Amino acid sequence: MLLLPFVAVLAIYAIASDIRLSENPRDKLLPAPTTILETAQRLVSEPDRRSGEILFWKDTAISLQRLAIGVGLAAALGLSFGLAIGLFPHIRATLAGFVAVLSMIPPLTLLPILFIAFGLGEISKIALIAIGVTPFLIRDMSQRVLEIPAEQIVKAQTLGASSLIIAIRVAIPQILPRLIQAVRLSLGPAWLFLIAAEAIASDAGVGYRIFLVRRFLAMDVILTYVVWITALAFIMDYTLKRLSEGLFPWAGKDGL
Amino acid sequence: MSYVTVDDIHQSYDGRPILERVSLTVEKGAFVSIVGASGCGKSTFLRLLLAQERPTRGDIRIDGAPPAQEPGRERGVVFQKYSVFLHMTVCENLIAGESFGESRWGRFFGAKKRAARERALQTLERIGLAHMADAYPAALSGGMQQRLAIAQALTARPRVLLLDEPFGALDPGTRIAMHDFLLEMRQETGMTVFMVTHDLQEGFKLGDRVLVFDKPRWDPHEPEAYGATITYDLDARRDNVPTPAAPDASLEGTHP
Ligand SMILES: Nc1ncnc2c1ncn2[C@@H]1O[C@H](COP(=O)(O)OP(=O)(O)OP(=O)(O)O)[C@@H](O)[C@H]1O
Ligand SMILES: [Mg+2]
Repeated sequence: MLLLPFVAVLAIYAIASDIRLSENPRDKLLPAPTTILETAQRLVSEPDRRSGEILFWKDTAISLQRLAIGVGLAAALGLSFGLAIGLFPHIRATLAGFVAVLSMIPPLTLLPILFIAFGLGEISKIALIAIGVTPFLIRDMSQRVLEIPAEQIVKAQTLGASSLIIAIRVAIPQILPRLIQAVRLSLGPAWLFLIAAEAIASDAGVGYRIFLVRRFLAMDVILTYVVWITALAFIMDYTLKRLSEGLFPWAGKDGL
Repeated sequence: MSYVTVDDIHQSYDGRPILERVSLTVEKGAFVSIVGASGCGKSTFLRLLLAQERPTRGDIRIDGAPPAQEPGRERGVVFQKYSVFLHMTVCENLIAGESFGESRWGRFFGAKKRAARERALQTLERIGLAHMADAYPAALSGGMQQRLAIAQALTARPRVLLLDEPFGALDPGTRIAMHDFLLEMRQETGMTVFMVTHDLQEGFKLGDRVLVFDKPRWDPHEPEAYGATITYDLDARRDNVPTPAAPDASLEGTHP
């Protein structure tokens, strides 16, 4: 039953493609499923004539690297600022409003600034991803820290815990599952920023490739990449979910 | 010989008096039960004893020491809810009673860790939780959680133990078992105990003294104008429990 909608979409595509191709065999808009499979096979196995590299894997590696660094950076910032804002009222009074306003800036409007400031290299792409998801992570994490019952903090104090120990032994362990959950939710936007940055200025990456071959109407290549990106996003989400369940058995399943 | 001295404390929130003119001396090793209508300020009084809040006026000293600025190891606490750390196993919860105050990172390593675990397992054996040592508190019943919470608080060797309706959420049978457990623990440690309860019988059964909080002055036009104070200070060892008309003698006639 789970597979039913997938099968239905595939079937509709196959039929539509068949109709268009029977009217015009040179139609490029909806390539036949077999054509796509052949293209996919070629993409994942044949090295580029000029560089000798298999571009598909090169694109994948570089995109994943950008995504991982950008999201990793955002998670680290989100956790540290979230803790500081949640645990210390002084810092909360100073920063909470600032972060709330920051999070209203549409990150894509910053892209030109990033390109001007950091050039067209890796830094500006990673920065866009980090800037795009960090405010959300900070706000979510500080909210989660504030939700820790006051009783738990007081209890830790009565056992002799310093602020440092409260942070590393009570607050961080309790919000780490929430951090993973928040990172899962921000993976969608992170992919969006990655592909946008790659489409505009890059020489490798899945976003770059899609927008490059668009000029040749290479639907078979685009569709292969789209399916691959979807699969990657799904695998990441699933891995994070299992990681959270494995690392934090006390937290219960979150049902997402 | 007075051990805990409460000297004319007043507490108000936003100009609204909650407690007024509360004075009290308690000798070392006494068990003090606190009863009173809901919302009259019993938990507030306990928070003041705990130094979680500072009184608007007056001060509280333990063993002649200057008033504490924040909760610390000399005052142990057990709340009705969130009384143990849900992200630590039963054994880790007990060890936290030592490691939070005695190590820089809130964690023991090596031989110290093994020794602490050994001690924790012995304690668990005594309180009947040895078989749950490596389970998370979510797997414990309410009574087991509170037993663990009391043992955890005692592990830090506080001078006074503060209990805020510790058995309020337990069924009557479990409650009786917990009374025995608490009395046993108290006999062993000679601890000075303050316990807030809604159950008058429980207060008389466990306490040496029963303090009744109520508003001595009452303005029908302005019910919020005055705070509560100690209106009765009963010797529970001599006076007998006022025979309850109903099986459960709670002051407001409702279950907590
Ligand atoms: N931090 C606070 N700020 C403002 N008002 C407060 C605060 N804490 C308690 N109060 C008020 O003080 C009064 C006493 O509260 P408290 O929790 O001490 O009552 P209680 O006797 O413990 O009641 P219960 O039996 O229901 O637990 C209540 O009216 C409550 O609304
Ligand atoms: Mg209360």
